[in-house]
Formats: sequence, structure tokens, C-alpha cells
Amino acid sequence: MSEEKTADSSGMDYLQTLPRRAAVVYLPLGVFVFVLLFPFYWMAMTTFKPDAELLSREGNPFWVINPTLAHIEKLLFKTSYPEWMWNTVVVSVVATFTSLAAAVLAAYAIERLRFRGAKQTGLAIFLAYLVPPSILFIPLATIVFKLGLFDTRWALILTYPTFLIPFCTWLLMGYFRTIPYELEECALIDGATRWQVLVKIVLPLAVPGLISAGIFAFTLSWNEFIYALTFVSSSEVKTVPVGVVTELVEGDVYHWGSLMAGALLGSLPVAVLYSFFVEYYVSGMTGAVKE
Amino acid sequence: MTRLLDNRNALGLLFMLPAGVLLLVFLTYPLGLGTWLGFTDTKIGRGGTWIGLENYEYLWGDSVTRLALFNTVFYTVVASVLKFFLGLWLAILLNERIPFKTFFRAAILLPYIVPTALSAIAFWWIFDAQFSVISWVLTRFGLIHSYIDFLGDPWNARLSVVAANVWRGVPFVAICLLAGLQTISPSLYEAAAIDGATGWQRFRHVTLPLLTPIIAVVMTFSVLFTFTDFQLIYVITRGGPLNATHLMATLSFQRAIPGGALGEGAAIAIAMVPFLLAAILFSYFGLQRRAWQQGGSDQ
Repeated sequence: MSEEKTADSSGMDYLQTLPRRAAVVYLPLGVFVFVLLFPFYWMAMTTFKPDAELLSREGNPFWVINPTLAHIEKLLFKTSYPEWMWNTVVVSVVATFTSLAAAVLAAYAIERLRFRGAKQTGLAIFLAYLVPPSILFIPLATIVFKLGLFDTRWALILTYPTFLIPFCTWLLMGYFRTIPYELEECALIDGATRWQVLVKIVLPLAVPGLISAGIFAFTLSWNEFIYALTFVSSSEVKTVPVGVVTELVEGDVYHWGSLMAGALLGSLPVAVLYSFFVEYYVSGMTGAVKE
Repeated sequence: MTRLLDNRNALGLLFMLPAGVLLLVFLTYPLGLGTWLGFTDTKIGRGGTWIGLENYEYLWGDSVTRLALFNTVFYTVVASVLKFFLGLWLAILLNERIPFKTFFRAAILLPYIVPTALSAIAFWWIFDAQFSVISWVLTRFGLIHSYIDFLGDPWNARLSVVAANVWRGVPFVAICLLAGLQTISPSLYEAAAIDGATGWQRFRHVTLPLLTPIIAVVMTFSVLFTFTDFQLIYVITRGGPLNATHLMATLSFQRAIPGGALGEGAAIAIAMVPFLLAAILFSYFGLQRRAWQQGGSDQ
């Protein structure tokens, strides 16, 4: 996406001398990278440190002398962590695919069918994107309770689309706009129905946009906290972020090793997924802001 | 049937149905219900009756709510200003020609993509009163003599959560602004340099005006999500010490869910709406200006 641009923007760099560049560019950049990545390093260190090393002020805290897997073992075999992981996967995957399907139809209708009121609907979708979960969770909790969904995975699967659909629709609307209309006209003249146009022409061309929206939606659902905290109370249906925060903290004695192991393992899936799709993720993030 | 499917209005409606139903039931309706709840004395397990503005009157006189409002404004303003300046700086650094640029960009975004609740736990540990690594380093260098009580003192706690929020938000601002910077043609800088503009002048009169529209949008999002932040505070301090870090969102949760006062909690949540509307209007005019600057119509 940015290859030519980077080559292009080298611009006037040659005017700067190397020592000056080191002080003005590399040093601050190094500090930024260090600060932004340090908490992850610290998470990893703590995960593998035995308790004795964790609770000693002597020695160098930045390194592990006797690495141990005890914290991870405790997490996997003595807590419900594997269940939380499974719940998070199920909820994120189902919510992402449901939202993506609904968003594709909505975005196509708004951008291409241009039904009466399409423009206003588009604006309403954008406004829906700006409604934060922290003002919705109380009324939503009463609704979830009335529908009999309290403390089930369905409570999360049905409420996550409230922030996923507006985001995906907004992103896909921008993406559909870049697909030439002529392609669709040709298909329509050849006798294709709208549904065929959508499935056989538009969707194949929109794959990068679908991946962007999908990856972003997946991480958003994986990271969701306030709904999962409010709508679920049994350990068997908790998601990783909520499970780690509410159940691994026992009384006043914090088991930092297993807490950090829980945080590390819970972050890994999104981090790995992200590392494979960085470009899609970035274009999803910036696309949603730029449109 | 087929004729119906050829009608774009009917088909459009059909296509809008899944998204529309989900959003109406789980977004629009709760928004209205929340507003209504704010005017009632609903408790968990007991329907409420209309009590008019009583909740708001009570909250206006409640010192904890006032403190939460102050905290929220403080948190939002300080964190947003820091996020903006650090994010802009980082974006400019990343826009330089540097080796491993793609790698740097990917690594820098990590704080934004991992679950906030989980990275907040890491901060909780980093800010621990007895085993904080920051205190350890500072004592080793002889800068302090006793460990800092990051989360036990009101102002330390406020600044600590602001730091955690900035840590999480800077990557978002930086990457979005970087996308904006990359669209600025280098020839503009060359022209300015030939005209004798200094580095600061090039930034002030070329970069900044061209970046303003995207800055407006990015910062609106940033302000919006900082103002309504919940999880960072909930995980690191739970609003403590002495409510010093309670935000509107965490207070609303505390009153409504563990406290059971759904009506009161909803009123606190709804009280955030005017601030959010202001942010959205700001964004709207930012977008308009962008359309105008690019030669689009003003509509």
C-alpha cells in the first residue's frame, strides 16, 4: 500500500547529516518503541518468573534466572482459563461473521441500491458508530435480562454487533464506492439479478475490504470488556479479559505470575492474527477515520 | 415477487433488514430506554416509576459524582493533549525514511490491538506499590529513596491512569496521522524549502494545514473514547483511592450493577451525552472542511 509512497517521500532527507538524524529521528523513535513495547516484555518476564524472584527486590528484575512454566500450568489446569478462551473464540467468531454478513447487505443497499433514504441511513450508521458501549450497557442489561439471555453466550453474540455492524458497514461503504459501477451494469444487462451481482461481482472484488473489516471486528470483539462484564456472571461463559480480571484476582494476595500469564496468553491470538494482516488492519483503521 | 425484487426501494429495505433489526433492538431502543431509566428509580429486580429530574438533582448535589465529572474532564483533556502531541511526533518520525519501517509501524500499533483489560493488568503490576519496576529503576539511579505509591495517592493515581491511557492511545493517533502525512506530496516541501522556509515553517505552513482535517476527525474519536473510557480504570484502580480516579462510566457501572440502582446509573451515563454530541458536531464540521478543501461540494 505504501511502497511507492515511501520511496517517494524520501524527499529532502539527504539534507540532514547522520549525527543530526540520529539525535532527531532514531533516538526519539527508539524511546517510543521501548516505552510502547516494554509492558509486553514485562508481561512475558513476569509470566516465566518463579514467585521467589517476583517478590524479591534484590537482583535484576529485567531478567529471569530460573524460568518456570508453573504459572502457565496453573492457568491451564487449575482455572477455567481454557473455557474462557473457547468462549472468547466462539463469541468473537460468531459475532464477527454475523456482523459482516449484515454489514455487507447494508453497505451494498446504501451505496449501490440507493433506495429512498439511503443517504440518511448512511449518516445514521455513522452516528451509531459513535455511540459508546459505556452509555448503552445499563439499558442493554435490562433488555438482555428480559429476553432471558442473561449469563449466556447469546447475550454477547447479539450485543457485540451493536458496535461491529456500524463500523463494518461504514468501512465497506467506502470500499464498495471504489468498485466501478460499470461492472455491475454489464452484469445487470446480461440478466443477472441484484443478488447475483452482489455475490459474483462485488464480493470477489471487495475481498481486501472484507478482510480489513473482519480482522478489525474480530479484535474489537476479542477486546470487548464492559458488556462481557455486565451480561455474564458464571465462570463457564466468561471471556478471557473478564475472566482474568474477575477470577484470577483472589483477595489481597495478587498472583502476579498467573495474572501476567493470563494477560500474555489472552493477547497472543490477536497479536498473531494482527501480525499476519497488518496492512489490512491499518487500512481498516485509517479507512474508517478517513472516510 | 420478481417485480418486487427489481424495485430498488423494496430490495434496499430487504437488504437493510438484518442490520436494521439488530441495531434498532440493541442500539436505538436501549438508547431510548436508557434515557427513560434516567428519569425513574428503577432498581435491579424491581421496575421503577417516573420520578422526573430527581436522579439528576441528586447527582448534581452528590460530591462523588462531581468528583467523577472533574476526573473525567481532567482525564480526557490531559490524555488527549498528550496523545495528540506524542502521536503527531511519532507519526512524523515514522514518516522519515528509516530502515525496517514496516516492522516499526507494526510493532508500534501493538498496544492498541491487544485487549485493554489485559494490558491494564500489566500496568497495574508496573504501578505496584511494593514491586514497581519504575520505582526499582529510580531507586537504583538514586533519584528516589522510597518506592512511589503510584495508585495509593489521589494525584499519583490520576496521573498513572492517564499514562496508561496515553500509552494505549498514542499508536492509534500516530498511525492515523501517518496515513494523513503520507498523502502530502513531497514536492510541496521542496517548493517551500526553495523559498527559504525553515523546518518549523515547513511544518507550520505546509504539514499542519493539510493535516488539520484528519487531525479533527482522529482527535474527535480519541476524545470520544477517552471520555467514555471504562476498562482501564476498572482494572487498574476500580475508581480508587477515595474515588480519585472514578470516571463517569465507572461510577455509572458501580452505582448500577453492584449497587443495583439502575435508574441512577443510567442518569450518570446519559449525562455524558451532551459532551459526546459536542464532540460529534466537532467531527461533522471537520469532515465538511475536508470536503471543501479537496474541492468537493459543501452540500
